[in-house]
Amino acid sequence: MSPKVPRKKRILAVASGGGHWIQLMRLRPALEGYDVAFCSVHPEYQAQLPNHRVYTVHDSNASHKLGVLRTAWGIWRVLRKEKPDLVLSTGAAPGGLALFFAKRRGLPTVWIDSIANAEVLSLSGQKAGAYADLWLTQWPELAREGGPHYEGSVL
Amino acid sequence: MILVTVGTQGPFDRLVRTVDAWAQQHPEWSCFAQIGAGEYEPTAMEFARTLDPNRFEELLQEARMVIAHAGMGTILKALELGKPVLVMPRRASLGEQRNEHQLATAEKLGGRGLVQVAMDEAELSERLAQIDTWVASKPIAESASPELLGALRAFFRQHLGEP
Repeated sequence: MSPKVPRKKRILAVASGGGHWIQLMRLRPALEGYDVAFCSVHPEYQAQLPNHRVYTVHDSNASHKLGVLRTAWGIWRVLRKEKPDLVLSTGAAPGGLALFFAKRRGLPTVWIDSIANAEVLSLSGQKAGAYADLWLTQWPELAREGGPHYEGSVL
Repeated sequence: MILVTVGTQGPFDRLVRTVDAWAQQHPEWSCFAQIGAGEYEPTAMEFARTLDPNRFEELLQEARMVIAHAGMGTILKALELGKPVLVMPRRASLGEQRNEHQLATAEKLGGRGLVQVAMDEAELSERLAQIDTWVASKPIAESASPELLGALRAFFRQHLGEP
């Protein structure tokens, strides 16, 4: 019998397209050593990360209710398949949904609000505060005592 | 080559039209524009409505400078490659965006000297007239600030143990 090797701890990193994805990519050094799967909204992103599992879900924002349901369904399936130990997101709607489901499973969660939100937190970022154990803004001016906190930025 | 890009959040004809007008007067510059769902079609620039992320990166590599909406994705990618970037913010008041976050992005990053900013078409034309003076900045680091990476590592260690 072969000795049981404990599996590496697994992180699911979620971001929608464009700037959110690029900000997530800039966090990769912190993810080294863990088993990381990514989830976004463009299948083309798999080509950028040939050695990782990259899932694609429907893109949506809060103003399209049906779209949000499709995204939620996609995220739920990815979580069920991946069974991550921790969920991290740089926004927006898909990441917010991922944190919501992850929290219901009792998983630790991280929200990093986009650096594009320099004057007010994003809508999904405000909601994410309820589901994020580590709730960060990238602008010191937006930090508050109970969160979001400021711990540097992607720049 | 100058890369002009408006991202994926719908049309931004004010930007495309202004650069196209300049390009008509300056055939010595070749321009490529990604124009999204804009109504205005450039006459002096090659253009595409959308670009897949990998093609976009190729064009960015080739570009000598970048003129863009104030979207963080474009800005970060261009800065990683050390390309000079001029941004004009989309305005919610003109229906170009859902809120005024690009205005804030432009002001804050402009204030830190990371990008050049044109607040409107007139300023964009002024900047274009001085294009020979644009200088490439040193490329930014390829990853987030050590402070942010450290905070994440500490949180991961606390909840997942050593990697």
